[in-house]
Amino acid sequence: MTPLLEARNVSKRFGPVVALKNVSMRVYAGEVHCLLGDNGAGKSTLIKIFSGVFPPDEGTLLVDGAPVRFQSPKDAMDRGIATVYQDLAMIPLMSIVRNFFLGREPTTGWGPFRRFDLKKAEKIAAEELEKIGIHVRDVHQAVGTLSGGERQSVAIARAVHFGARVLILDEPTSALGVKEAAVVLRYIVEAKSRGVGVVFITHNVHHAWAVGDVFTLLNRGEQVGTFRREETTREEVLQMMAGGEALERLEVELAEFARQERRTR
Amino acid sequence: MNVRRLLARPELGSLAGVLLVFGFFAFVAGDRGFLSARGTLNYLEVAAQLGLLAATVSLLMIAGEFDLSVGSMIGAAGMALAIPVAIWGWPMWAGIGLAFLVAAAFGALNGYLVVRTGLPSFIVTLASLFILRGATLGFTRWITSRTRVSGLHEFTTGDPLAPFFSGDPLGIPISVWWWVALTLFASYLLFRTPFGNWIFGVGGDPKAAHAVGVPVARVKITLFIATAMSAALLAVIQVLDTGSADVLRGELKELEAIAAAVIGGNLLTGGYGSVVGGALGALLLGMVKQGIFFTGINTDWFKVFLGTLLLAAVLLNNYLRKKALEAPR
Repeated sequence: MTPLLEARNVSKRFGPVVALKNVSMRVYAGEVHCLLGDNGAGKSTLIKIFSGVFPPDEGTLLVDGAPVRFQSPKDAMDRGIATVYQDLAMIPLMSIVRNFFLGREPTTGWGPFRRFDLKKAEKIAAEELEKIGIHVRDVHQAVGTLSGGERQSVAIARAVHFGARVLILDEPTSALGVKEAAVVLRYIVEAKSRGVGVVFITHNVHHAWAVGDVFTLLNRGEQVGTFRREETTREEVLQMMAGGEALERLEVELAEFARQERRTR
Repeated sequence: MNVRRLLARPELGSLAGVLLVFGFFAFVAGDRGFLSARGTLNYLEVAAQLGLLAATVSLLMIAGEFDLSVGSMIGAAGMALAIPVAIWGWPMWAGIGLAFLVAAAFGALNGYLVVRTGLPSFIVTLASLFILRGATLGFTRWITSRTRVSGLHEFTTGDPLAPFFSGDPLGIPISVWWWVALTLFASYLLFRTPFGNWIFGVGGDPKAAHAVGVPVARVKITLFIATAMSAALLAVIQVLDTGSADVLRGELKELEAIAAAVIGGNLLTGGYGSVVGGALGALLLGMVKQGIFFTGINTDWFKVFLGTLLLAAVLLNNYLRKKALEAPR
């Protein structure tokens, strides 16, 4: 099977800083590909290359097996690659239906009488919300009335509705509570079952393990490895993450700190 | 439309304000002419002149920007019409065309500077407020050696364009007709077209709007052109009505228009509001301005009312907006 989206040996430098070094990654339809790593590991740089924010310095980007060079995020969107950013997902004061269709409003009428087809928009938005299990009384209520998890889910539903084949989710669960995160994770699984290829960026290994099929680990711009779920365990993934190392170190330090506390008391 | 959605409308507070103020003046000054046809037309005309500006200023505010130069634009556009017609003998259509052209060009410049520099529009248009007023004074004195051009009735009476900008069709001042038409059009644009949806998006979060493909810069520049053009429209109506243009005309109108928009429930920081709210805000201010006159209270006190109203309206609107955002499901 040809991957929907592939990065082949991509590198990216910002001045003297090497942000990504020789990283390869394949995203297949119907698969959740988790991109893991600590802050500064290069996750954001890689997804910005995927979503057309900037091109790689070296290496190739391929869509459906053919090399591409995106000039802008819109290029990537036109090829079915949609990115949902944690902080840019939705506009709180706007209604759900207006948010859902912002920038891609359905219209009716012609010429100067072309207008926003709100009836159609309301119908579609209500259907899409129903599909992801979010029940609202009125799609005209402000997005601000939704919970953080619901907002992320609606943003994802919007991307899928507008034909995303590859969905890049930038830390969609990091600002959410446990229940909220579960809402988003459930919807990630649903998007996957519809045949969407999902790139899921997180530094929460529990969230990754709950939905991931493949795990790619980055550390300081380098690829630690790519593992299929059946080849590894959660503990192993946790260990390999820079976050895992840091956690171990932190535990040692905390233990040392506690000992000293006891002694001084 | 259900009741809850109705209660979440931004103009609810200003509607309550209009009813309250109307009730007050009807009670206090109803027998002194406030309720008469003349009294009504009188405050409607004052409201209309402000409302013309409030319609476009509301749109711009919802898009997250200010235009403090509309007041200066009234003086500038008036001169751009009066000087060519009265001094150089241009035909009226050319003078009106020049007034709108000057406004469009200056509005585009305002918008371009805001978009390009990323400076707050408050600062950019505060600069244009001074530059435009100064340039109007400078050019007018240079060309006419005075600060006022009068006697335009001589040129405008009988002109085929005059009925569109002067007189009282069906007994109602022309400015009221324009006000209603512009408000309906701008409201339709805001709520029923893709462009209107972009306005909300641009004001709500320009980065998020840009990320989903909304042409943020184009929306803003278009709206700066619109505010300047509405100032020019008001200037043309005033010049044809009074037969004169004055360099100082329109002073402080920019702040009154912003006050009307804010009283109407438009959020100062953008992303929320309505054009009808701005129109109700203008109606409220017009009613208070003229109503005070009918009560016999010294009109010196008008600005005290204006400021108090503004503060009360903003507090009420804040409360209502918060309610809308915590609506239960």
